[in-house]
Amino acid sequence: MTVLLLVAIIVAIAVAAYVMGRQRALSMVSGNVRKLHSLPNYYGWHAALMASMPALILLVGWLVVQPFVLENRTLAFLPESVTSDPVARKLTMADVRRVASGLDVAVRAGALSEEQASMIRAELTDIRARLADVGVALGSAVSSETLRAAQVYRAAALSGSTLRNILTLVVAVGGLGYAIWATKPAFRARNRVEAFVKALLIASASIAVLTTVGIVWSMVAESLNFFRQYPAADFFFGLTWNPQFRGGSELGFLPLLWGTLYISFVSMIVAVPLGLFTAIYLAEYASPTVRAWVKPLIEVIAGIPTVVFGLFALVTVGPLLRDYFAQPLGLGNSGSSVMTAGLVIGILNIPFISSLADDIINAVPQSMRDGSYGLGATKSETVKQVILPAALPGIMGAVILAASRAIGETMIVTMGAGAAAKLSLNPFEAMTTMTVKIVGQLTGDTDFAAPETLVAFALGITLFVITLGLNILALFIVRKYREQYE
Amino acid sequence: MNDMTKSDLDVSTAKIKMRAEGVQVYYGTTQALKDVNVNILDKVVTAFIGPSGCGKSTFLRCLNRMNDTVASARVEGKITLDGQDIHDPKVDAVQLRAVVGMVFQKPNPFPKSIYDNVAYGPRIHGRTSSKAELDEIVETSLRKAALWNEAKDRLSAPGTGLSGGQQQRLCIARAIATNPQVLLMDEPCSALDPIATAQVEELIDELRSQFSVVIVTHSMQQAARVSQKTAFFHLGNLVEYGDTSQVFTNPSDPRTESYISGRIG
Repeated sequence: MTVLLLVAIIVAIAVAAYVMGRQRALSMVSGNVRKLHSLPNYYGWHAALMASMPALILLVGWLVVQPFVLENRTLAFLPESVTSDPVARKLTMADVRRVASGLDVAVRAGALSEEQASMIRAELTDIRARLADVGVALGSAVSSETLRAAQVYRAAALSGSTLRNILTLVVAVGGLGYAIWATKPAFRARNRVEAFVKALLIASASIAVLTTVGIVWSMVAESLNFFRQYPAADFFFGLTWNPQFRGGSELGFLPLLWGTLYISFVSMIVAVPLGLFTAIYLAEYASPTVRAWVKPLIEVIAGIPTVVFGLFALVTVGPLLRDYFAQPLGLGNSGSSVMTAGLVIGILNIPFISSLADDIINAVPQSMRDGSYGLGATKSETVKQVILPAALPGIMGAVILAASRAIGETMIVTMGAGAAAKLSLNPFEAMTTMTVKIVGQLTGDTDFAAPETLVAFALGITLFVITLGLNILALFIVRKYREQYE
Repeated sequence: MNDMTKSDLDVSTAKIKMRAEGVQVYYGTTQALKDVNVNILDKVVTAFIGPSGCGKSTFLRCLNRMNDTVASARVEGKITLDGQDIHDPKVDAVQLRAVVGMVFQKPNPFPKSIYDNVAYGPRIHGRTSSKAELDEIVETSLRKAALWNEAKDRLSAPGTGLSGGQQQRLCIARAIATNPQVLLMDEPCSALDPIATAQVEELIDELRSQFSVVIVTHSMQQAARVSQKTAFFHLGNLVEYGDTSQVFTNPSDPRTESYISGRIG
């Protein structure tokens, strides 16, 4: 019985429990709903939850724990030389699993009987050839230990899942029975369901938090690995970025940081005023008709994939800047430049800022505007002195969000600013960012033990710390300068 | 406070400050105000009374063209300030609002310090040339609004941190600081407790010596206490307009009498 089928059965039991719980509650008061503590539906829901939730939790727990148990069982059949070395153990276990699933396939295809699968010996049969016949390709010939382990693994997995299926179903039916037994007119089914809703919400929130913790943890672990092989001072203060996969790399992060900050700065110079002015126009000046047309049109920009923006940077903006600004001014002749990427990322971020700021400005109470107009202020005076200060915290949030996006942007930078790590003030020179280099170091043939690859994690965690710092700074600024309205 | 003396003041010699002739207001296709004719006298408190939705607030907002900011509102008829038509293209609505100030139903201090709230008008209209001058305007305005003693030690504290009654007096101080000639008040006491209400009423009476005050109120006692002239609105019509004492003691229209005695509303 597959897990999917098992889940389907549990769901069916839950549906039945809903109907039975509801019926039971109704019949106990002979249809007089007012005698029940909760509405009949709540008794139904309570029964359905009791039938399904403990069973599902058990199932998930079992699925998580079973592989570990299986591995431990199997290891006993492998030679000491394999089990003592973690790398060899990992590889052999992968082989064992592969052979075990191969045997499964063979049995299902009819090439082997169930009995044959558990009895065959590597000494007598060419397992590799037999499995290749049913479409399972193995990398090497199967040793007798591996085959034995795989057979044990299969047997344990089979008995494990049988036990799992039985236990899960028993728990589901038991939950159903408990719910039916508990259903009495005075039973507070509504409160139980409410508690479940609360637990569900908490669980959802914790998954997001745990994911963040997990991401940070994996980054930190790999970064520590990197710093063990490459001195941290050279990474943080090195002025040259020159990875060599033959060894002897210089992995100074400052050129990348500079490129990241420079490009983000240019993009914010473009996006903040344009986005903010657009928002002010839409919120305060535009007639409803204009607003109804312009706002969606601007938001279309947000729907364009960044790779298309990259093309725009590569084909249009880059050559334009080169031919009309960089070359006449004698600042270089590269189409890929900080300016190109910055401008295009800025345009990408306009709808982001304008849309958020527009909502925030609209949320400023009308009474603030009335008060200002009533004192003889013009629209722009009102915007400048009353509305923007009142909307500042939210606008700041929008700006920080856009800045984080600009810092994290990869595709436009790759296509618009090039991949050369450089420390230069000239905005018409090609530079690159941390994100581009993270992608660069992790694509292609990579060796996850070499500092040239692990540096990507160090870059990642640094990027994370920078954006986090930016957010904290923004929070601090907002707290200090916020003008709270009621 | 002797209530009757205020109502009985002889206002026959006061000159006309604002004159409304045949004012009609439409919100979209519904007519909110029909053919209103009123003279607002200088240095006199005029009260607008009437049941909810009768158009008194709408009319008040016509007097400083606040209805311009409502997209669906359309105003017809002639309103003059010192003989000048306020809808004349030569008249700037923004300048008009500096001359005809307004205090709103709900206290709406800006999310700024008390000082900046009061200094807002003088700053945008360039009334002062030095910090000292601005300080003086802020102080006198707060004094006139009877808020100076409570606020003088916390001028840099946010205006939104004051109590409701203090906030409303701050809004009045803010309006006074712009040095208006007419002050429009839209139910200024509806969000206040009786003590704060009494303070604001006293304040209104003092303000009368400097400019005309127009007050919309739901409280007939308040209208009787603070105003010299009263206009009664009903269903978008100006039903009766006259001396407060006469409107309250001897109304000429049966609808006014019904409203004052609590039979319609």
